[in-house]
Amino acid sequence: MLPSFELLEPHSLDEALKMLATSEATPLAGGTNLLPDLRAHGRAGRRFISLAALDQLRGVEHKGNRVIMGGSTTLNDILRDPLMPKAAPSLVSMAKVFAGTMIRNAATIAGNICYGSPSADAIPPLLSVDAEVTLTSAAGERTLPLDSFLLGYKKTAHQPDELLKTVAWTIPAADSANLFYKLGRRRGDAITVVGVAVTVVIESGSCSKARIALGSVAPTVFRAKEAENILIGGPLTAATIDQAALTAAQASRPIDDIRASAEYRRHAVHMLVRRLLTQAWQTSGAKQHD
Amino acid sequence: MTDKKTGMAREKLVNIHVNGTACEITVPAWRTLLEVLRELGHVEVKCGCEKGDCGACAVLLDGEVVDSCLTLAWNADRRSVMTVQGLGGPGKAHPLQTAFIEHGGAQCGYCTPGMILAAKALLDDIPNPSLDDIKRGLSGNLCRCTGYTRIFSAIRAAAQALRQEGGTS
Ligand SMILES: Cc1cc2nc3c(=O)[nH]c(=O)nc-3n(C[C@H](O)[C@H](O)[C@H](O)COP(=O)(O)OP(=O)(O)OC[C@H]3O[C@@H](n4cnc5c(N)ncnc54)[C@H](O)[C@@H]3O)c2cc1C
Ligand code: FES
Ligand code: FES
Repeated sequence: MLPSFELLEPHSLDEALKMLATSEATPLAGGTNLLPDLRAHGRAGRRFISLAALDQLRGVEHKGNRVIMGGSTTLNDILRDPLMPKAAPSLVSMAKVFAGTMIRNAATIAGNICYGSPSADAIPPLLSVDAEVTLTSAAGERTLPLDSFLLGYKKTAHQPDELLKTVAWTIPAADSANLFYKLGRRRGDAITVVGVAVTVVIESGSCSKARIALGSVAPTVFRAKEAENILIGGPLTAATIDQAALTAAQASRPIDDIRASAEYRRHAVHMLVRRLLTQAWQTSGAKQHD
Repeated sequence: MTDKKTGMAREKLVNIHVNGTACEITVPAWRTLLEVLRELGHVEVKCGCEKGDCGACAVLLDGEVVDSCLTLAWNADRRSVMTVQGLGGPGKAHPLQTAFIEHGGAQCGYCTPGMILAAKALLDDIPNPSLDDIKRGLSGNLCRCTGYTRIFSAIRAAAQALRQEGGTS
């Protein structure tokens, strides 16, 4: 049995924000992080605010080349959105290997981001498309890059009175590739050993923009910025790609745990970044030069 | 029951339609749909891990498959739940149930109710699934007996039977 708790059930966003401002309470979205945690080692008597009735927090809006995703959008909503394979290919690849069907129907994007786990699978793809998050509270709204929202191990810039309202990004340019790979012990229902998302933009045969985002290999999901910079300003040769991949591996700070050793994880970063960048160069380069 | 200090409802009367029958039950916020369904006698809904790993507790909530161990009963208020019993049974078996029997898709049977409901949700979405679709559809259901291959062939057979019937209900 779960330890006892109180549950507030607001019917509008305003009502929810008022509750958050005036009482010490935790937002409860899909509950796929909170409820197992509560069952494993939670204390009784906490207070939660259910986001279930707040329809305006759920759904994806495509506006020109902008995508605006409500915080309560589920992982399966992402898979059901017909425009998503173009809007963020890496996010779709990720959603396909996220947990299992039942969890994907409950788990939300805001829950994944706000829990702040280093193995949060949605974060590398979102970092690879330069996503921004909008937080709202009774006092007002603020928007910041997802990159600066993540502060450390299970630490984010989220304030107790705020809700993550939307995640938004600009669709990657036409001559680009955006890829994700999750290394796990099995394909479904597994916690990520290494997660990698890359974006490469190619203009006239030269790489004009690169993003490399890594999960499960540091206290938080992060961008390997030094490695990204190595790729800018020229064609992606095998040597350049390997140097960037090695630099990304060196920037990782993985730990040993039951799923893998730190050494294995660092090696996997080198290999997976190299593989994804090669694939990205070939697909985006081929689009341009054939 | 209302908390004297906060004035907040500690218990609530929830109305859940289970397999078409309205059930009313008063429960506190922390009770799961799994606990409530079993209390109501729906022991065909199995309890495995209680943390979302195994899928034994899967039910359809307004047509979407969810783990009932991670769903609060309050969240099912005024909504429809389907358990494997609602899908069919002896004498009026659903094609998925028939196929599981014919293809040896069940051994101990503990995972079977969840497997069948996850498969039902899959076939509602994709009437002609590839093997990859089937694997993804069942990625939240663990089976410790069959090795899965017989489950996959059962689902393919059921999909075909349903397509011939011209419906997925
Ligand atoms: C069996 C199983 C498998 C899993 N597999 C994966 C996996 O493959 N990959 C992966 O990344 N994760 C996985 N998870 C973890 C979890 O499902 C995800 O992190 C999920 O996205 C959490 O979303 P939720 O809506 O369930 O969050 P909840 O549990 O409801 O909340 C999580 C945190 O976010 C906060 N929060 C939620 N919504 C908001 C909001 N709008 N504003 C502010 N704060 C908010 C909550 O207060 C809480 O701190 C798995 C979990 C289980 C049980
Ligand atoms: S009992 Fe619910 S997923 Fe295992
Ligand atoms: S038949 Fe025994 S667990 Fe699947």
